[in-house]
Amino acid sequence: MSTTIPIERLTSRRKTRQRRRSGPIGAILLFTVPFALMFLAFYVAPIIYAMVQSTFAQKSSGLGLGALQEVFVFFDNYVRALSTPSFIASLGRLFLFCIIEVPLMVITATILALLLEAGKAVWPRAFRVIFFMPYGVPGVIATLLWGFLYVPSTSPVLQGLAAIGIDITPLQPNSVLFAIANISLWVYAGYNMIILTAALNSIPSELYEAAKIDGAGEWKTIFLIKLPLIRPSIVLVTLFTIIGTLQLFVEPLVLSPLTTAISSDFTPNMAAYNQAFAQGNSNLAAAMAVIVAILAFIMSFGFLRIVNKKGSEAW
Amino acid sequence: MSREHERERNVDIGRIGVTLALLFAAFYFLLPILWVLFASTKSPGDLFATGGLWFSDEPQFIYNLQRLFSESNGIFGAWVLNSLLYSGVGALVATVLSVACGYGIARYRFFGKEAFFGAILGGVLVPATVIALPLYFLLNTVNLTGTYWSVLLPSMVSPFGVYLARIHSGAIPEEVIEAARLDGAGEVRIFSTIATRMMVPAIVTIFLFQFVTIWNNYLLPLVMLNDTSKFPITLGLTLWNSQTQRDPYFYTLVVVGSAVSAFVLIGIMVSLQRFWKAGMTAGATKG
Repeated sequence: MSTTIPIERLTSRRKTRQRRRSGPIGAILLFTVPFALMFLAFYVAPIIYAMVQSTFAQKSSGLGLGALQEVFVFFDNYVRALSTPSFIASLGRLFLFCIIEVPLMVITATILALLLEAGKAVWPRAFRVIFFMPYGVPGVIATLLWGFLYVPSTSPVLQGLAAIGIDITPLQPNSVLFAIANISLWVYAGYNMIILTAALNSIPSELYEAAKIDGAGEWKTIFLIKLPLIRPSIVLVTLFTIIGTLQLFVEPLVLSPLTTAISSDFTPNMAAYNQAFAQGNSNLAAAMAVIVAILAFIMSFGFLRIVNKKGSEAW
Repeated sequence: MSREHERERNVDIGRIGVTLALLFAAFYFLLPILWVLFASTKSPGDLFATGGLWFSDEPQFIYNLQRLFSESNGIFGAWVLNSLLYSGVGALVATVLSVACGYGIARYRFFGKEAFFGAILGGVLVPATVIALPLYFLLNTVNLTGTYWSVLLPSMVSPFGVYLARIHSGAIPEEVIEAARLDGAGEVRIFSTIATRMMVPAIVTIFLFQFVTIWNNYLLPLVMLNDTSKFPITLGLTLWNSQTQRDPYFYTLVVVGSAVSAFVLIGIMVSLQRFWKAGMTAGATKG
C-alpha cells in the first residue's frame, strides 16, 4: 500500500512533465496544420499540377485512329507558347501596362496621402471615405460602370468634352491600355492611399517640429522627412501593384464586347483561359500560366532586390 | 508685421490649393458612383438619350428595382445570397485558419518555421489567376467542379492573413502569456480566450480583407461554375451584360444590379473603416 503512493506520484509527475513538453508540440500542430493542409491543397498542389501538366501533350496514338494519349514532351508547350506571336504580343502588352499602371498608381496614392496628411484639408475624414469607397466596388462592376463612361452615347464626360471640341475615344487600340489603367487606378488608389496615410500618421510629430525650427518648408519636409520615412510602405504598395497588374484579366474581358481593340488573347491570362476552355488545350494553358507565375516572381524579387540595394531593407 | 502677413496669405493659398486638389480627386472617385445612381432611375431608352449626371423626366427607380428582383424568377436575390455565402463563410474559415497559423508561427519555435513562413509569403506573390486554371482541372478529377465547394474551399486560404496575424501576434506582451501559463491555462485556451481578444482589430482586418477579395473574385467562379443559380453577383451581372443585344432592358438591369451590389459592400466597408485603419498599420512596419 505504502509503496503505491510514491509510484503514483512519480507517474503523475512524469505525466505532467510529459504534458508540458508535448503541450507546445500539440498546440503548434493544432495551430498550423489546418492552414498548412489547405495551403498545400489549394495553392501548392495547383502550381505543381500546372508544372507537371505543362510538360505533357495530348497526342493521338498510332495513325491518328486511336484515342488521345498523354505524352511527355519536356518543354514543347513552353516553346510553342513563346513562339506564338499573339502570346508574345500579350506579354509585351502586359509589360507596357505595368509601366503605365505602376507609376500612375504609386504617385497618385502618395499625392493623395500627402494632401490629406498636410493638415490643410477641410473635412479630411469625408475625403478619405470617398477615396476609399471604390475599393468596395468589384473589378467587374467597376469595369461595367466605366464601360458606360467610355462610350460616347452614355458618357457625360465624353459628351461634355465633345461639346467644347475635344474628342476622346478611350476604347481605341492606342488608348485602350490607358482606359484599363484608369479603372484599376480608380478601384485601388484609395486603398493604397490608406496604407500610406497610416504610415504617415506613425511619423513622430517631434520630427516635424524639429524640421520647422530648422527652417524647412513644406516641400523640404515632404522630400526629406515624409517620403524617406514611409519608404517601406511605398515599397509594399508598389509590390502589390506589380502583382496586381500581372493578374490583368477581368477588366479587358468585360470591356471586350465594347471594342474590337481587345482580342480574346489580349493578356497572357486571357490567352491561357482561352486555350483551356475555348481551344481545349489545357497543357498549353498550363504552360502559359506557369510563364505568368515565373514572370511574377522575377518581377517581385527583381524589384525588391533593386529597392534593397539602394538603401535599407524594406520588406 | 508685413512678413507675418505674407506668411498668412501663403498658408491661405496652400489651404485653397489643397482643398481644390482634393475636390477634384473626389469628383473623379465619385463620378461612376453618381452616374450609376442617376442611371438606375432610367428606362433603357432614357439611359442613352438623357444626360448622364441628372435624372430623366420620368424616374422609375422603384420599377427598375422590382424588375431587378423579379427577372428570371428572382435570380438576382439568389446571386446576392450566394455572394454573401461565399464571402461570409469563406472569410470566416480563412480568418480562423490564418489567425491560428500566424499565432503559431509568431509564438513558438519549431523546425522549418522560417521556410514554412517563406512559402506562405511566396503564396502572397503568386497571381490568383495562375492558381485558378490548374485548380479547375485538379478539382475536376474529384468531381467537385460546379459545386458550391469549388468556390468555397479555395476561398478559405489567405496567405496574406497569416502574414498579418503573425505581425499582430508578435505584439502581444510575453508577460500576459506567461501569467496565463502560470495560472494553469493550456496553450489552446490562452490562444482562444486571451490572444484572440487582444487581436480583435487585426482579426477584423483579416476577415474584411478576405471578404472583399472573395466578393470581388471573378475568375474562380467563372472557371468553376456553370449553373447560373450558383453564381455570385459579379458573374451574374456579366451574364446579363452579354444579353443586352437580345433585350435592351438588360442594360438597365445591369446598371441597377451594379448599383445595388456596389452599395451593399461600400456600406459594409465604410461602417467598419476604423478597424481597417488599425489593422493596416501593420503593413507599414517592417515585417
